[in-house]
Order: sequence, then structure tokens, then C-alpha cells
Amino acid sequence: MNLTMKPWVWAWAAAALVFSATLMLTSGRGASELAYAALSFGAFAAIVGMGQMLVITLGPGNVDLSIPATMTLAGTLALKIMGSEPGTAWLGLIVALAVGLAVGCANFALIWLLRLPPIIATLAASLVYQSVAIWSNRGLRVKPPEGLADFATGRMLGVPNVAWVAFALAVAVWVMLERAVWGRYLLAAGQNLRAARLAGVPVQAVRAAAYIAVAVFAALAGFLLSSFSGGAALNMGAEYLLMSIAVVVIGGTSIAGGNSNVPGVIGASLFMFLVVSMLNSYGAGAGVKSVLTGAIIIAIVIAASTRKTRS
Amino acid sequence: MTNTDGTAVVALSDAAKHFGPVKALDGVSLCVMSGECLALVGHNGAGKSTLVNLINGTFGPTSGTVDFPGGAHGVRSVFQELSLCPNLTVAENLAMAHPGLKGAGWRKPARAEIRSSLDTVFPDNGIDVDAEVDTLSIAERQMVEIAIGFAPRGGTARLVILDEPTSSLDEGIARQLLSHVRRFCEAGGAAIFISHMMGEVFEVSDRIAVLKDGKVVADRPTPEFTRQGLVDAMGHVATERAADQAARSAPGDVILTGEGLQARRGEVVGLSGLAGHGQAAALARLYLSLSSDWRGGKGTKAVFVAGDRPRDGVLPLWSILRNISVSVLGQGLVDRAKERALAEDWKARIGIRTDDLTNPILSLSGGNQQKVLFARALASDAPVVVMDDPMRGVDVGTKQDVYAMIRAEAAKGRTFLWYSTETEEVCQCDRVFVFRNGEISAELTGDEITEERILEASFEMQEAS
Repeated sequence: MNLTMKPWVWAWAAAALVFSATLMLTSGRGASELAYAALSFGAFAAIVGMGQMLVITLGPGNVDLSIPATMTLAGTLALKIMGSEPGTAWLGLIVALAVGLAVGCANFALIWLLRLPPIIATLAASLVYQSVAIWSNRGLRVKPPEGLADFATGRMLGVPNVAWVAFALAVAVWVMLERAVWGRYLLAAGQNLRAARLAGVPVQAVRAAAYIAVAVFAALAGFLLSSFSGGAALNMGAEYLLMSIAVVVIGGTSIAGGNSNVPGVIGASLFMFLVVSMLNSYGAGAGVKSVLTGAIIIAIVIAASTRKTRS
Repeated sequence: MTNTDGTAVVALSDAAKHFGPVKALDGVSLCVMSGECLALVGHNGAGKSTLVNLINGTFGPTSGTVDFPGGAHGVRSVFQELSLCPNLTVAENLAMAHPGLKGAGWRKPARAEIRSSLDTVFPDNGIDVDAEVDTLSIAERQMVEIAIGFAPRGGTARLVILDEPTSSLDEGIARQLLSHVRRFCEAGGAAIFISHMMGEVFEVSDRIAVLKDGKVVADRPTPEFTRQGLVDAMGHVATERAADQAARSAPGDVILTGEGLQARRGEVVGLSGLAGHGQAAALARLYLSLSSDWRGGKGTKAVFVAGDRPRDGVLPLWSILRNISVSVLGQGLVDRAKERALAEDWKARIGIRTDDLTNPILSLSGGNQQKVLFARALASDAPVVVMDDPMRGVDVGTKQDVYAMIRAEAAKGRTFLWYSTETEEVCQCDRVFVFRNGEISAELTGDEITEERILEASFEMQEAS
């Protein structure tokens, strides 16, 4: 297959283009700082984006809107339990992942047992998760343990640690989707749920796994983000709602379901951060920034999709 | 039998259509006169559907010409894969195809037109024209599609192309259609009739054109063909009389009961009756109860062969390879070499027409997609195979091969549950349950299984009430 026909190429090309456009303005200065920031912030978007991708692959109507609340809840509870004590990083991680698991199970229970549309179920449930976070936090800003904060902001071989985490996760998700039976089942269910069920695919197990995976990924991102930024904040997940969906779409995953794209999500995550920082460097105001970001997303999606229909 | 008045409705001259390297049609010259019914027969993938698409203008020929001496208006197509909008009502579907119905107050004429067309083609059909299409059974949807094809729609139908119109209709309804086609042609209309059912072809057509590998290999008036001659012209050496009765195995223990059905080990159980009397729904429920929403992979008790391919069978984004292997993936990582070998094996055994198994499933013709669904089910080791009218759109030769395969698998101890709209297929079963109004009205075994007994059990109550 021709390289230009792969949808993820567009996300990576756009990221590279924006990166050079930003450096042109600064005439090459600050390249490594920009790359570091893009890789760090891109990593958080990539982690939640991959989770969202698994759910969107299930087909039309499937989306998790509780990602921001899950991130906040996981970050808040983990930091509170660690209480800035040294050596509690693993405990915090386990708490965060347990929060993700619980949230995922609760979301899927609403969708499966009460037959609520996923958009309503996850949006309504997210109000509960957000409230629990507010109630347990009570306005305190707990600092992460020093070792954990160092890890979250540190780098290895010049690449931020959080980017390594996202990369490892991406490899795991890619293997699951492209090589494992479970990935085949997910892609089959996303194309035609009824046909997949009649072909012997355990469709409810597949759906449950996808909704639990997105919540666990969001919890992990929340845990890392609060360690990275020196504490959990109640609005820390807000921008990741649109972001998680945008990176999936820009990355070339089909909204109609049955088609996933891991490299595309990574490229799109870098691109999304770079666009914002480019507009910052050019001194755009908040309103202009939002308008331009939206316009650029639309342009990329159109470019990628017209390409596909022509081929 | 012929009433041709000598004017051609459509004339193809050396028309060819290539899809990349694939020559779907390789230079076809053919014409259809008004007042004539032309039957088009050939294997799956011989180019029948491509020819239809050239005539109805879906795409143009790569070379050659397609001419309509009297203009291209009034050319109608009734498709093998139903082309109705499932979320609209029957009357709304007619209105979509009717250029004259505009502005306010279109509903009433639309209702009246489809009502009268349905009643003309299928007397006593009982279809509600205000029902949404997705609430109708597949047979009823096919009837609506046919009725829309014959409806005047602000003009008159001059040429109606029927692409396997009877594949999901039962005997009685199919008969109504055939006699309507005859009446239509006697009144001066032209029809192209595509079917794998030899009996219907001989009954309805004035002339038969045989397609093979994208070329017309025979084009003669119907009386000049014999059944065997026609099958030979299509190029498949298989006898019309099916699966030898001697191979029938002695049935074992009862391994399955449910929905009022009983099936034994190694038995081929048929479900019959008029289409839409609850057979398909009973089969689907039975299959769902035998398999799990939560566990997949090895050890499944049953597999399913869909007849309604787009709704129940085909995974449209995938390759042929992945569509074959989805039911037999096992656990953990996919063994890709084994998957490949399995698919190649089945491609050869069941004769899927493709040069590359990584081609998309939708690149195959309808009948070949159906073969893929057969391969998917037979490749598994499940003891029960549930089949929901699985021979729709499959050509005669392949049918014989599949009958033989079913017999061989049954002899090894597999149980088949087989719903079919064709009595000829049902007559090959060891035990037949006849459905009427969602209930079983008769259970026939052995010599009791005859067309008369089945029809009797299908109609009995309706005549009494």
C-alpha cells in the first residue's frame, strides 16, 4: 500500500509541519524545549486518546465522556492517599488504577444493564465522579511525593519519562489490536455488532473490556498529570474531553467503527499540542486560538477523508 | 411463447467492464426486445451483476457501447442485495423513486400506488404500506422492492431487471411473481430475469443467455435448451439430482432441543413453511442460546451461517481472509500462518473466486460472499451448524458441492439445522419441521418428506380459518 494512503501519515506530517512553522518564528531557538513540552503534553493526550479510540472503534454512539472526571478523581484520590510521603508512589499508582477499574465497570454497568446510550451514561456518571473528587479533596492541593514528581518530569535518553510510558502503552495496544484475538473481536464488533455476535464473537465481553480500558487509561493519565504538575486540580481533565476525541479522529480512526489506528493517535496528540504552542508563539489571543484550532482540525479531517475516498 | 415486436429496448455491443486487472465483463453483445423475457444465468462471479449495473447506468462500460434505441426511461432494477431505506415506510420508499411526487400531499398517492402495485404482483400479500421497512421480513422487503420496480412511478416500466428476485421468496410467492412477469411481457414490457433456479428460468423466459467468465457463451431461445444442457453450458460438471441418499447416516442421540425442535447427532434437520412464519427468528434464538455474549473462541457449541449477508454475516471492512477466520481464532495471539493456511484450504475446497485472499470481502460477488460465510462455519469444530436460508444467490454447481459437504460433515457426527425457502433443499433433510404462524405445524421424517406434505402443512390452517 502506498504510504500516502495510510491515514496516520497525515497526522505525523501535520505535526512536523507545525513544529517547523513554530521554529521558523523563533529562527530555530528553543527547538529542544518545544520538543520536550510536545512529547510530555502529547503523552497525556495520547494515553487518553488511545483509550477513547478503543471505545470509538466499537461503532457509532460509543464514546466515553467521563474521561475528565475520571482523570480528576484518580489524581485526587491517589495524591490524597500518598499524602506526599516518600515511597508511596506504587501505592498511589494502584489506587489510581483501581479508580479507573471501578469507573469503567460502573460506566459499562449503566450502559449494559440499564441500556443507556453511552453518551448519556458516561456524561451523567461523570457528574458523580467529579462530585466524589470535590468531596474528597475539599480544596486541598496535596503535593506528589518527591520521587514521583521527579519521575514524572524527568527524562531518559533525552525523552520525557511520561512519553516512554505512553510509548510502551501504545506498543501494547497495537499488539492487542493487530495481532491478538481480542483485537480482532473488537474490530469485528465495531463493523457490525449483530454479524459479529452471530459469528461467535463474545460481543459483551469485548464492549466491557473497551469501556474498562478507556477508564483505566484515563486514570493513569490523571495520576501522571497530577504528579507532573505538582498536584491534582479539579479542572485538570477539562481540556482532555475534546482532545481525546479530536486525536482519535485526526489520527485516522473511523468514527463509523471497526477501524483503529494507534500511530495516528500518537501523531495527532503531538500535533494538537504543537498547534496550541505555535499559536502562542505567534501571540494569538485566546479567542483566535480556539477558532484557529477548530478550523485546523476540520481541515485535517477533510484532507484525510477525501484522500481515502479517492483511493 | 414469444410476442416480440422487434424493437430493442436495450442493445449492448461488445461492452466490457474492467475493475483494475479484473475483467468482470469481457466484451458482451446482447439485446433485449420489448415483449421478451431474457433469462441471464451463470456462475457466481460470471459477471451477471456487472451486466445489470451497465444496463441500469450505475457505471459506464470500459469499452463498447450500451444503447437504448427508445430512450433510457422506464428502465427499472430490482436488486439482489435489497436497496430499500430501512428507516422509511413502504410508501415513503416508493416516493423516493417517484420523480412526480413533490410538494404537499404526496403521501396519499404514494400509498395508493404502492398498494395497487403490490396487489397486482402479489395478490393477498397483507403488507402494511405504512410499516417501516426494517420491521418487515426479508421476503416482504423483497416483495416491496419488486413492487416498486413494476410501479408506474409517473411513467411506465419498459424494462425491469430482476436480479435473483426469488432467492428469499417461498414457492407460492415466487409463482405469483413469475406469472406477473409473464403478464408484463405479454403486455409488451421487457424483462431481464437472473436466477440460479433452473425451474424458474425455464418457466418464465423466452430466451436464455449464459454468461461465463465475463462472456456470453450461449444465447438461444429457451425451448432449445435442456436443463442438463444449460448446466453444462455454465461450465460446471455436476448432476442436477443432488446428494446421494445412500450416504445418510443413522442418527445418534438427541443433542438439541428447543423452540419445539429436536435434533439428533449427525442429523440434517430442515425448517420449512412459508417465508416469514417464524423459522428465521426461531433459529436465531436457538443459536443465541447455544452461544455466549461473554465467552468466545474454542469449545463453542454452535456456528451460524447467515442468509441475510449484510445484516447478519459479512464484516464489510475486512478482507476475505479475516472474514473466514473470525470464528476459529482461538485464544491469545492470532497464529497468522495457520490462519492463512486454513483460509487457502477453504478457498480451494469451496471455490471462492479470488486471486488474493487479502482482497476486501466486498470485492466478491454475492454468491461468493456466501461461500465465505459457509467456510467460516464449516471451518470450526462446533457440533451444531445453524443455517438461515444459506443458499441465497449461490449457483447450481456450488450448491451441489455444498450439499455434498453438508452430508459428509453430518456423517462425521455434526448436526445441521437448515432453514430454506426452497422445498427442493428441504427435501434433502433427514427430518423436517414445518412452521406456520410462528409455530411448528408438522414434523416429517424419512419418506414423509415430500413437497406435497410440506405444502399441505404450510397452508392447512390458513385455509381452514
